[in-house]
Amino acid sequence: MKIKLTVNGKKYQRDASETKNLLHFLREDLGLTGTKEGCGAGECGACTVIMNGKTVNSCLILAVEADGCEIQTIEGEAKDGKLTVLQQAFHKNHAVQCGFCTPGMIMSARVLLEATSKPTVEQIKEAIEGNFCRCTGYQQIIEAVQDASGQLKKKEGLKRA
Amino acid sequence: MPVVGKSMPRKDALDKLRGLSRYIDDYNFSDILHVTTVRSPHAYGRLNGVDKSAAEKMAGVVGVITADQVPGKNSVPLVFDDEPFLAQGYVRFHGEPVALVVAESYEVAQAAAALVKLDIEPLKPVLGIRESIEESAPKIYGNDNVFSRYNVEKGNAEEAMKSAAHVFEQEYETPYQEHAYLETNGVIAVPGNEGTMTVYGTMQCPFYVHDAVAQALGRERNQVKIVQTTTGGGFGGKEDFPSLVAGHAAIVAQLFNRPAKLIYKREEDIIASSKRHPGLIKMKIGTDDKGKITAALIDYYVDGGAYATLTPIVLWRGTVHALGPYECDHVHIKSWGVATNKVPCGAYRGFGSPQVIFAGESMMDEIATELNIDPVEIRRINCYKVGSSTATSQIIDQSCGLMETLEKASEKADWAEKWQRPEQRSGVMRKGVGVSTVYYGVGLGAGGKHLDRVGTSMTIMKDGSVHCAIGNVEMGQGARTVLAQIAADALGAPYELVNVVEADTSLVPDSGPTVASRTTFMSGNSLMLAAEQLRPRLLQVAADLLGAPVIDEVELVDGKAFLKSQPEGKQIGFRELAEKLYAYRLMPSAFGWFIAPDSSYDKETGQGNAYFVYSYCTNIAEVEVDMETGEYRVTRITSAHDMGKAINPQQVEGQIEGGTLQGMGYATMEEIRHDADGRMLNNAFATYILPTTEDTPELDPIIVEHAYDRGPYGAKGFGEVPLMGVAPAIANAIYNATGVRIRRLPIKPEKILGLDK
Repeated sequence: MKIKLTVNGKKYQRDASETKNLLHFLREDLGLTGTKEGCGAGECGACTVIMNGKTVNSCLILAVEADGCEIQTIEGEAKDGKLTVLQQAFHKNHAVQCGFCTPGMIMSARVLLEATSKPTVEQIKEAIEGNFCRCTGYQQIIEAVQDASGQLKKKEGLKRA
Repeated sequence: MPVVGKSMPRKDALDKLRGLSRYIDDYNFSDILHVTTVRSPHAYGRLNGVDKSAAEKMAGVVGVITADQVPGKNSVPLVFDDEPFLAQGYVRFHGEPVALVVAESYEVAQAAAALVKLDIEPLKPVLGIRESIEESAPKIYGNDNVFSRYNVEKGNAEEAMKSAAHVFEQEYETPYQEHAYLETNGVIAVPGNEGTMTVYGTMQCPFYVHDAVAQALGRERNQVKIVQTTTGGGFGGKEDFPSLVAGHAAIVAQLFNRPAKLIYKREEDIIASSKRHPGLIKMKIGTDDKGKITAALIDYYVDGGAYATLTPIVLWRGTVHALGPYECDHVHIKSWGVATNKVPCGAYRGFGSPQVIFAGESMMDEIATELNIDPVEIRRINCYKVGSSTATSQIIDQSCGLMETLEKASEKADWAEKWQRPEQRSGVMRKGVGVSTVYYGVGLGAGGKHLDRVGTSMTIMKDGSVHCAIGNVEMGQGARTVLAQIAADALGAPYELVNVVEADTSLVPDSGPTVASRTTFMSGNSLMLAAEQLRPRLLQVAADLLGAPVIDEVELVDGKAFLKSQPEGKQIGFRELAEKLYAYRLMPSAFGWFIAPDSSYDKETGQGNAYFVYSYCTNIAEVEVDMETGEYRVTRITSAHDMGKAINPQQVEGQIEGGTLQGMGYATMEEIRHDADGRMLNNAFATYILPTTEDTPELDPIIVEHAYDRGPYGAKGFGEVPLMGVAPAIANAIYNATGVRIRRLPIKPEKILGLDK
């Protein structure tokens, strides 16, 4: 089936198989491999992308369901090769270890920050609750989101929250 | 030291943050074949045949491969080499690979796999430790179902127990733990000219994979090259298992002379890959009236699963650590790694230690309770200090920060204020605190000393950038960054110009595995050996350019060379030095080969210097329990760690926090369940429950540095330690809150309510 969608601001028109999920469509048909498959069952959040302003597990959405939608993936986060404040905060706060959860994590944090400029720790935890990270214990990720929203006091913040 | 000891930014973070890092599933090759695995649906059975005909007729299927088609030897090389690449004659666990379906697309391979008919005559499986060691048990390995056993005997514990003032005896059980690295196993095998094979993939131990692929194909080592790709977590789970996956893909690639891609789905990764061994620990501890341990008798069993894989060495580490970091003159530890018809267990962060630590640290709490001693105080009485003798009679001669971790953690957690006896607590919501102290032998120790060496190849490029190839891998733990810091300072190069590349078996000789918290210490030392050879050449160039008669008059630090007598005077930059190094025709490369400091072990008595150095930690957990429902929250975990030297404090904190949460998962929610026939029931993230942000307590890492004189800048190694003692700290906190002792993990509300013994 022919679908039209916008991904990271770019318009695409493609033939998509009815059984293909959005994750595989992005990775295989558009070559956007930044979005990862961790479980294929909507449990781990590694495949999180933004669809019409909301986070979705792209493994649970069929590509044909994205017809007419606006999608943002990790490849659309940095603008003109320049890292966003959110990405810089992840870098500075060591919120990346193996990196496999990172693209999805950034997408969830992005949607949170669009809606809430100064999220509380509880709001941050809730926003990324669906994104597994097995490396960091989440703390440095939460600190990064606090930092990105201008709320991190040096080595305080979360630890005293 | 310009960068050692500083929180330098990660070398790999920028690409990871932009989605540009290429993990194995992000690679493709033209003409590639896709492979899927047909697995045993039974825990145990006679494999009479495989009917491939229907699958092979499907359009797009290229072939179905079984054990008889393995070109080389059908066994995965490791310790006993008892695991086949593909089952032959028997299937021995639910999920064991029996056949490989090869097709032009993954979808076709998967559809065809359902058409492969396995003719298996089911046999009665052996499913647990207690069952396996029964004399009447069916024999599934050797004549006693025991893969390996150890004996550690110091003094005469049986005699000493008789005269102990108090004797405590308990049994403890620990469950499986699944690594749940976010990136599943996967490889791509690419055949080349003259019988060569290159395998790309996610892995911790490229040299194990090298051995395995060579053996599966019947090729020489110089015909096989293994290239590690950006690896999405390991935690021990990618120590031995990638050997099997790589073997499968390489077999297909060789048989069809086309690239072959094999990426695991999560469900098959959980069902088939190694796990933490379930453990059964029987402890009998004698003490004097003051709580000083006088005798220890410990029996330790692990469930190794269907094949030995890493069980013999996992068990060895657990055995020598079984008493914990406590002085005692009379110790007798016996251990058994037993066979069952379940998934083979292998390496998992802690490697046979978390099981005995749960037992030992719970036992210390039970002793403290019984003798009415503060649990922190009983550790002060018994803990290792410099000069202490271990269970293997090794004298701790240096770098022992255990007491400092105990003091710092208890102070930071406000232990003295928060601890009170459980009978003093009341109300529906009750708080509690618990402590654990841990020690951990860094590196492979005497059990694996023949593998404990690493190579490094360091080249100063003509533009001044520095290329370092090492024998250990980056799997997320931060090795490339920490090692670049060590290399930069050792060489005098700017950090920005130093790159430590991902592992490739064609760049350095077999450097052993990336396990046992050995990478910072081993590869760090190896890089320093290489830098030591290059540095005089750079100084020689600098001396010439600065007009110094001897190199001793020149300093080179952080990429700048200058006369020691004129630190503010003329400076030569690193790029210029490199350019001149080539113009002077000095050799710009060096090779480091570091051999671990010695260790020893007597097979009969279990005595000797088991590990060359130990790392230490104290964990303090705080919980809040609802006495009506048994529901509880872990509210805070304070962890103080002595790793010798924190090369990168921010990364050290990341390791502590991440390891602590994995330990909390082990303590509170993670377990693998099987049905009565031995089929795994919860091989999915919907049913194998992992900690999320909503479970995460406040994590409070503390760095303690008791330098080790053989370590790079004093560093030891500690990546595994943060996980290891978290479970007993939480169990002890639960006891402290409720008066209920949990001796079988994980700690579930129904156990707290006494509904599930």
